[in-house]
Amino acid sequence: MAEAASRPLLEVDSVTLAFGGVVALDDVSFSIDEGEILGLIGPNGAGKTTCFNVTTGIYRPTSGEVRFEGASISGHKRYSITKLGIARTFQNIRLFGAMTALENVLVGADAHHSTGVLSALFRLPVHRREEDEGHDLALEWLDFMGLQDKADEVANNLSYGDQRRLEIARALATNPKLLCLDEPAAGFNPAEKRALMDLIRRVRDRGFTVLLIEHDMRLVMGVTDRLVVLEFGRKIAEGPPRDIRDNPAVIAAYLGVDEEDAS
Amino acid sequence: MAVSSLLDATRERLLGLPKAVKLILLLLAALVAYALPLLNPPILTTPDTDFGGVLFIVTTYMLVALGLNIVVGYAGLLDLGYIGFYAVGAYTVGVLGSQHGHLSWLVCLPIAAVVAMISGVLLGAPTLRVRGDYLAIVTLGFGEIIRLTATNADWLGASFGISNIPKPPSVDLFSVPHLVWSGGVASIDLSNKSTFLTFGVVDSVPYYWLGLTMVILVILADRRIKDSRVGRAWEATREDEDAAEVMGVPTFKFKLLAFAMGAFIGGLSGGLYAAYIGFISPVSFALIFSILFVSAVIVGGAGNRWGVMVGAIAVAYLPERFRGFADYRVLVFGIALILLAIFRSQGLLPPRRTVRARRGASKVESLESGAFDG
Repeated sequence: MAEAASRPLLEVDSVTLAFGGVVALDDVSFSIDEGEILGLIGPNGAGKTTCFNVTTGIYRPTSGEVRFEGASISGHKRYSITKLGIARTFQNIRLFGAMTALENVLVGADAHHSTGVLSALFRLPVHRREEDEGHDLALEWLDFMGLQDKADEVANNLSYGDQRRLEIARALATNPKLLCLDEPAAGFNPAEKRALMDLIRRVRDRGFTVLLIEHDMRLVMGVTDRLVVLEFGRKIAEGPPRDIRDNPAVIAAYLGVDEEDAS
Repeated sequence: MAVSSLLDATRERLLGLPKAVKLILLLLAALVAYALPLLNPPILTTPDTDFGGVLFIVTTYMLVALGLNIVVGYAGLLDLGYIGFYAVGAYTVGVLGSQHGHLSWLVCLPIAAVVAMISGVLLGAPTLRVRGDYLAIVTLGFGEIIRLTATNADWLGASFGISNIPKPPSVDLFSVPHLVWSGGVASIDLSNKSTFLTFGVVDSVPYYWLGLTMVILVILADRRIKDSRVGRAWEATREDEDAAEVMGVPTFKFKLLAFAMGAFIGGLSGGLYAAYIGFISPVSFALIFSILFVSAVIVGGAGNRWGVMVGAIAVAYLPERFRGFADYRVLVFGIALILLAIFRSQGLLPPRRTVRARRGASKVESLESGAFDG
């Protein structure tokens, strides 16, 4: 599916991020091409989520630059980065708990809407059009994620798996060019994980580019086109899954082999 | 607990009714509400004070509660200085209508609401960057600043206040007599009539009608705004501000909007109150009112427009009804608040979704503790 190397959608260009004296990311560079699924992996504490937060504009890099479609995203507000076309989910689920599943997704769909107080108050055409559009889109994604029966359920009352899928639906409703998933399968059993990976592949087939953080090596091998491996804030390897699998540095990072054996 | 679940059950039953029936019930309720001060129902009426006046004050509290509900209930911003906006509204009417001008009340009121809204934006722009407790403290300060400014500024009448505030223009159309009750029997009291619409100093009923009409208009507007992108953005911000921002909600803008809308309604209420009472001074805008306003919203159920109106009734009407207990009413109010916090911490009439979410949570809890009860 992936027409490899068409053009980079997102470029992370020698990004360094330091929190005081702690260097969380050290000169990390990689890029994501349009239409591919890029996996970002690494052991616990390797800086995956930090890297993720930099690419989605939550953190501003100490040095280096993140470019989306050729333009730097630094200096953009977080909500306008969403408008540019980067959407994300959270590692620890962060839904709008007291709102229904449908409303959660509608908030995502609203990212490109402009209804204000006056158009809502007087039910102007722009309100009605956007409301219809948003509902169609939201229901479509709920359906895609298998949540069509749960649309009116309060997000807090959904099962764990449904909450994870709802997060993805909400992110997709912002109609992103790049979808960033932060350990979407955390806490899933193997069957659920496989189902989710299948879902992610189908998301990509619909034309979305996906950046996927995952802990479980075996899982990412099956679904990603390319992998970037982080350890202690540095990129230690990059390439197609089968190369990464045999990369001694990666094996060392994951299994914690002694220094001399790893080289 | 039994009372608590009865409340929820009654609400479920009401909401389950067909749309047409609900509409008719609402219209009937509105009709009864308009007729209330004329009917003087024996249990509801306030024996020690003018019933119409009490009802009017209740409508000003309802307006305030609806406005504050946007800020506290929808957007989740704890505002402890809401009296400030109310004061700005009242003082604007006072200044333009009496102290420094002679504009008609009808002109003053919209200006008052807009001035209050502007003050909301001015307060919000620097302070909405802080969250939670800090915001509460800053807003608390705002309410006091307004009161102290009014106390010390001569052009605001200083501590003497402003008198001769204009009344709404009267249009005398027809008179309606009140009912009097004795021993459960009603009779028409022809000596006590309310004229539609005379805004004088004796009869409070026309003010109540005006207040109630404004409440209804605000409810209609609130419904429409809540049920749109704006309402969703407010709620998303309340639930998780960071996640909302990442989902494309310009949270700062929407928080400011909530502040502005809330202040607008607060200013309306203040302007209405000023016209009724005719005289305002800084004493009318003490800190305690901010606390009462917030308790109306919390007691009623933050986030539900009907709930906060019930809260407004509880806060404004009950103390007047039980004026006979004079010294004890504050104590009773305090005890009632404590009981409420223990048995129904989400408020008397919380948003339905909160009820559902709580039910889900308690179900999980009972499963975890192994206590199955179907």
